[in-house]
Amino acid sequence: MKFDPIQLRLLQEIADLHTVPEGAYNIRSDSQAIGRRSTDHIVITPKTDVSGIDIEIKPGTKNESVHIPVVMTKSGLKETVYNDFYVGEDADVLIVAGCGIDNCGAGDSEHDGVHRFFLKKGAKVRYVEKHYGSGEGSGKRILNPVTEAYLDEGAEMQMEMVQIKGVDDTERATVAKLKAGAKLVVRERLMTHDSQRAISSYDVSLDGEGASADVVSRSVAKGDSFQKFDAKITGNAPSYGHTECDSIIMDNGRILAVPGLQANHVDASLLHEAAIGKIAGEQLVKLMTLGLTEKEAEEQIINGFLR
Amino acid sequence: MLELRNISFAVSTEETDKEILRDVSLTIDEGKLVVITGPNGGGKSTLARLIMGIEKPTSGRIFFRGEDITDLSVTERAKKGISFAFQQPVKFKGLRVLDLLRIASGKQISVGDACAYLSAVGLCARDYIDRELNGSLSGGELKRIEIAEVLSRSTDLSIFDEPEAGIDLWSFQNLIKVFEGMRAKISDGSIIIISHQERILNVADEIVVISGGRVDRKGKKEEILPSLLGSSSVVQGCSVVNGKENV
Repeated sequence: MKFDPIQLRLLQEIADLHTVPEGAYNIRSDSQAIGRRSTDHIVITPKTDVSGIDIEIKPGTKNESVHIPVVMTKSGLKETVYNDFYVGEDADVLIVAGCGIDNCGAGDSEHDGVHRFFLKKGAKVRYVEKHYGSGEGSGKRILNPVTEAYLDEGAEMQMEMVQIKGVDDTERATVAKLKAGAKLVVRERLMTHDSQRAISSYDVSLDGEGASADVVSRSVAKGDSFQKFDAKITGNAPSYGHTECDSIIMDNGRILAVPGLQANHVDASLLHEAAIGKIAGEQLVKLMTLGLTEKEAEEQIINGFLR
Repeated sequence: MLELRNISFAVSTEETDKEILRDVSLTIDEGKLVVITGPNGGGKSTLARLIMGIEKPTSGRIFFRGEDITDLSVTERAKKGISFAFQQPVKFKGLRVLDLLRIASGKQISVGDACAYLSAVGLCARDYIDRELNGSLSGGELKRIEIAEVLSRSTDLSIFDEPEAGIDLWSFQNLIKVFEGMRAKISDGSIIIISHQERILNVADEIVVISGGRVDRKGKKEEILPSLLGSSSVVQGCSVVNGKENV
């Protein structure tokens, strides 16, 4: 399998891939699978009814990874892809997804990935998803990911979602249901610029005793962009939930943070924090006393914030 | 090194103009550690901020190494060799101690070099290098990191605005050692410290007393310090806390 330069650039941006990855992978380019590999413990099978794949991770699989990056280099493509992950008991794996769109044409390019995760007892998943757009065309780059996670007893899922540049329009919906002792950690990093729009919603149910969720979003809205962060956690059992939205606005950027906490059990402990504001003047001045220009100071502050 | 010529600074409110500094003229010579002291609200911190360029004087000129820097920005003054340690260290989400030391020193210094600066201010370097400069650090820790940043810049002129404020006893002991160390290696640079602390005043070559927006007195430490003891310009050691001096 060989990548052309645009494919390679997109793969580097979204999955740090410089070549074919180790372990199991499925690489999709312009609506076609251009490479796929299963391993002894991780089996990838294409779906027959809709576009997408089933990924079966066998019980007890440790220290293995699955890469399923998607790139789009042609203008005007629109696709919806369904990927289902079945993670066996006590498996511990890294899953790297992500989508890069390069749109140099006039037609809109859109990738809507629907990812469902079924984690069996004690399974652990670290899920990394990066979104990136490039290209000078007038066509939009649109990504609408849907993520569903179902965690059995004692399962743990850590999700890192990153969208820093170039995606014109995104509506991200994440739903998670956690049984006893299950743990969900979400770290979202988002930057929008120009007239981009990004909406991110979470709906997490803590259904079993000792379940916990920690959903943290850090975002920067520049230019005329708009973001909405809508995080809802429902505690149906003795459980702990925390959501946090920490945002910097610049230029004419706008951000709406909507806290949503619902406690249906007296021992559910839920907390929401939100802070939106421009870069503090004293932070800029401080870095300027170290010799940075105002613009350099701004870049350092944002890079650190979105790290 | 530094000359302030007829510096005045006023802030305008709706009703009136409030004069903070009035016709202050002052020269800081090369190779000198100068402590600026005086009662609270006398204009000391404002003077420090005017030198760094964070505030601009209403009138008067500031010269650094013979060049008029009155109209230069904070960045330009920093590049010319002026450093400033804030009274209240600024916090950053996501930026680490190592990041700030690299920005301060202006190069990609190694972890080892960064650790040396932290050790100089009495911090166990490895515990701190990857820490974020946020509210998880105590006031004293932030303050010492702030001073380490100034050390790492090794500029001609270093200004410390009330370095003892918000710092714990143990850190204060260390702080004195840091200033004594800087004093010993001062060569052709200069250090300005805004402070009330007798032990910091004791490290000074010269003392300037600012009161009511004016230079009240200035001169060699030996001449000025005796007249200050017992006044509101000086807090003697930690005697109030510990019941004995020089703890």
